[in-house]
Amino acid sequence: MVRNAPALIPVIYLTACLLIALTKIKYRQYAYPMAVAAAALASAVSVGMLVHVVRYGPLHYHFGGWIPPLGIEYSIDHLSGFVAVVINIVATIVLVHSLHVNKIELVRKVVPYYSVAMLLMLGLNGIVITGDFFNLFVFLEIASLASYGLVATGERGSAFAALRYLILGTVGASFYLLGLGFLYINTGSLNMADLALIIPLLQPHNDPAIIIALVFMVVGIAIKMAIFPLHGWLPDAYTLAPSTTSALIAPIGTKVASYILIRALFFVYGANLVSKGIPVLTILGWLSAAGIIYGSILAIAQSELKRMLAYSSVAQVGYIGLGVSMANPLGFIGAVLHVVNHATMKACLFLVAANMRVHMGHSDISRFDSSYRVKMPFTMAAFTVAAISMVGLPPLAGFFSKWYLALATIENSQWIFLGVILVSSLLNAVYFFRVIEKVYMKSPSDKTVNDQHSGGRDDHQAAPEEEAVTFGSGEPGPSMLVPVIIFAVALLLLGIFNAVIVTTLIKPMIPLGL
Amino acid sequence: MNELIYVSHIPLYAVLVSMAAVPLILLSSSKPNLRETWTIIAAVSKFLLVLSLLPGALEGRSAALHLLEISPGIDLALKADPFGVFFALISSGLWIVTSFYSIGYVRGNQEHKQTRYFASFAMCLSATMGIAFSANLLTFIIFYEILTISTYPLVIHKESKEAISAGRQYLLYTLSAGLLLIAGAAFTYLATGTIDFKAGGLFGTVVLSQGAMTALFFLFLGGVGVKAGIMPLHSWLPVAMIAPTPVSALLHAVAVVKSGVFGVIRVVGFVFGPEVMAAYGLNIILAVFAGATILLASFIAFKQDNLKRRLAYSTVGHLSYIVLGAALLSPAGFLGGMLHIATHATMKITLFFCAGAIYVNLHRENISQLNGIAKIMPWTMGAFIVGSLGLAGVPPINGFVSKWFLGMGALQSDQLVVLAIFLISGLLNAGYFFPIVYRAYFMKGEGLEGHGEAPRFMVVPLVITAILSLLLGLCPDLFFHFHELASMVAQSLTGGMLL
Repeated sequence: MVRNAPALIPVIYLTACLLIALTKIKYRQYAYPMAVAAAALASAVSVGMLVHVVRYGPLHYHFGGWIPPLGIEYSIDHLSGFVAVVINIVATIVLVHSLHVNKIELVRKVVPYYSVAMLLMLGLNGIVITGDFFNLFVFLEIASLASYGLVATGERGSAFAALRYLILGTVGASFYLLGLGFLYINTGSLNMADLALIIPLLQPHNDPAIIIALVFMVVGIAIKMAIFPLHGWLPDAYTLAPSTTSALIAPIGTKVASYILIRALFFVYGANLVSKGIPVLTILGWLSAAGIIYGSILAIAQSELKRMLAYSSVAQVGYIGLGVSMANPLGFIGAVLHVVNHATMKACLFLVAANMRVHMGHSDISRFDSSYRVKMPFTMAAFTVAAISMVGLPPLAGFFSKWYLALATIENSQWIFLGVILVSSLLNAVYFFRVIEKVYMKSPSDKTVNDQHSGGRDDHQAAPEEEAVTFGSGEPGPSMLVPVIIFAVALLLLGIFNAVIVTTLIKPMIPLGL
Repeated sequence: MNELIYVSHIPLYAVLVSMAAVPLILLSSSKPNLRETWTIIAAVSKFLLVLSLLPGALEGRSAALHLLEISPGIDLALKADPFGVFFALISSGLWIVTSFYSIGYVRGNQEHKQTRYFASFAMCLSATMGIAFSANLLTFIIFYEILTISTYPLVIHKESKEAISAGRQYLLYTLSAGLLLIAGAAFTYLATGTIDFKAGGLFGTVVLSQGAMTALFFLFLGGVGVKAGIMPLHSWLPVAMIAPTPVSALLHAVAVVKSGVFGVIRVVGFVFGPEVMAAYGLNIILAVFAGATILLASFIAFKQDNLKRRLAYSTVGHLSYIVLGAALLSPAGFLGGMLHIATHATMKITLFFCAGAIYVNLHRENISQLNGIAKIMPWTMGAFIVGSLGLAGVPPINGFVSKWFLGMGALQSDQLVVLAIFLISGLLNAGYFFPIVYRAYFMKGEGLEGHGEAPRFMVVPLVITAILSLLLGLCPDLFFHFHELASMVAQSLTGGMLL
């Protein structure tokens, strides 16, 4: 059973995808429970695998019994097991939340939506689980195509955003594939573990083909990861997509891309090559730092909650990039820890935005006032917790990613990057406290902004403001509230018990040579 | 001096007891009497818990507790060493008084959102205890940031435009400070491999370049200096006076700013240590900033007509007494500085209580409006006299005691300039406080008919703190052994004799 577990997760999602599509015929109401069940099952399997990896070491599954590097290998080590657990659990909770949101936002599209969402999860999990670079490309395409679809079902303009996402995403995938082609011609292998053995033998420092392969792959991944300045697709896609899509893709989509980056740089090419031979990490570091500042400043400029969160994502991905570029154990810990921390924070925040859109009819910050807190005290409390964590105040999770990253920059004597990390905290504080101030203190009476400022979701179903307000007199139902609270509590727990995660999970995955 | 450690949960309980009160306060928001009962229960039990640590601390034994590993190699750890107990005693003791006063203030003033007020207050005190009992820098930072966040709702309590902008400024200053502190802690950790506070400093044999050490010191100075109100990082403090008076009294005269100076002494004595401070000339940097702050703040205080703002600038000045005392690096300097944490607390809280009583009673906040009020508010103004005399350093009020040791510390380190600063500043204190007393007693007031003394809930606390100032001046070791505790800490830091 355990031996076959790596193959199980894709099978679960693939089955769910097909079965959900079938429910369109007669049993529409089963689409939601099936999607949740599939994600929950996948979470259980991935947790089981991670426990197994921690106890007994990596798991390998050879497809069709072919021995790698001939056949495709699925392998779960600490890193992939960890990322798989994060993405599946986050997805499960977001899908639980989606019931009510999708009924409102996706009239008549619910069944295909869940079917495609399963396809997305299939792709993302496949990327994480596979031990083969070409197979990874296939899953990358599955995930990308699914996410274009999920984005395009959103409000007006989302189709255009999805098209832009598609074009840039395809460019990214093509870069990746090109790089892979170079690599294959030079090494004759696509298996990651195999490549890791072959590449050092080829005198990679002097071999332009290997280096070009690396550069192409990194550029391709950076587009998927939305590293500044390759982030152009992200803000529109996250803002205009349906709420569930944003909450699904924002926390885990870019994280999986980060996973590919870490895997390719440190586990295939090896820390020695990427940190000493060629300036790839230097460039990555500076771009990440620029992205952190750029994303934070643009987030301050946004008046729409989801768009603000989208720009904040650009900045937060920069943290991961920065941690990777430090190429030391502390930076690695910071980057990997930020994968789970940021996934939890962003999921929480996007779900809050979803609650606001469903219950208030919009998520336009300029229209927030203290009546929102009165109506939705728990949602807003969760928002506050997540915001404080984003700012990076202890003992919440966000502080600790910052702590390890700060340690990493000091260890490398990179004072500018240290400054960037610290300053970005302040910028985060600016754009989050702006919202908190409004929600807790702006009295509803001095409401000056009216509907001419309709940035939000007003156009969907033409829900008029009055109706939305009467509808939203109170907290949303448990299916929408509980997930938000779970994420908020998780932030506290992730913060307090981060040492457990770092010691038992992240430290063993630190690659050789770092 | 070898310190003895024993495992005890009491520091943890002392931290948690007011945190546990927060949900209770929130849940009983519709029953004000029950809600205030929770606050009082929490305050009294917190004080008793801290008090139970006192005998151990006096014997030189520290209650310690390792909670959990918060980052590999670094524990979330509490340790109630004599210095921590000293600070915790002051803040938790004065919280009881302030709680009663708060009840009088918010009800007399019919403040809105009282539940949020009391809940935030309880949270602040938890954070303060945590700061007092932190065994290492990371734990310190965690509670330091919690204090920042939980004070924020109190600063913006009025929710006016002014209050909100004061809140923004407060956050900007304190959050930036927190970031510098994080950077400093991270740097220290990588340089020395430890961030556990240790009397005499934790650098040991580690040698850094002059530039690196100075930069590190500035990181720390920025980190703790904001809350300690060291100029030019002080400007949030007068602005934050927009908060309700009990907040100004406890937080901006005792808990928050004293956490800052507590942090300064922790940094000077327990991170760098007197030897390193002297070897790298860091004490001079600190002394220059603190000395300038004392004088400048006193001059600025003259110009303020708003009573609370004058008190705020006076606070800025007096905080730097403590910093300057630490910067002397002499045993008596440390002793005087630490004692001043306690003495300034009782005196300044008295003055703030008076300002609040006047505000609630007469709705006056400017000094020019205080003519003749001593006739109708004899108790309040009597307490005011005690507080202002004490701050000017007149015996037998406790301000004299701490100033005496500060002066002695200046002599010990042959710093006559510092001694002069202390003396001049005493005169300046007299200069900006006595006109208030003069107005209240000797000038004829208007519109005072029909007003009596302030509500009893407010008058009794402020009389208590005034009497406390007097008693602690006559006998510094009364009840709480502040002098003895501070002497122990000073000795452990400098390893030298006191006199």
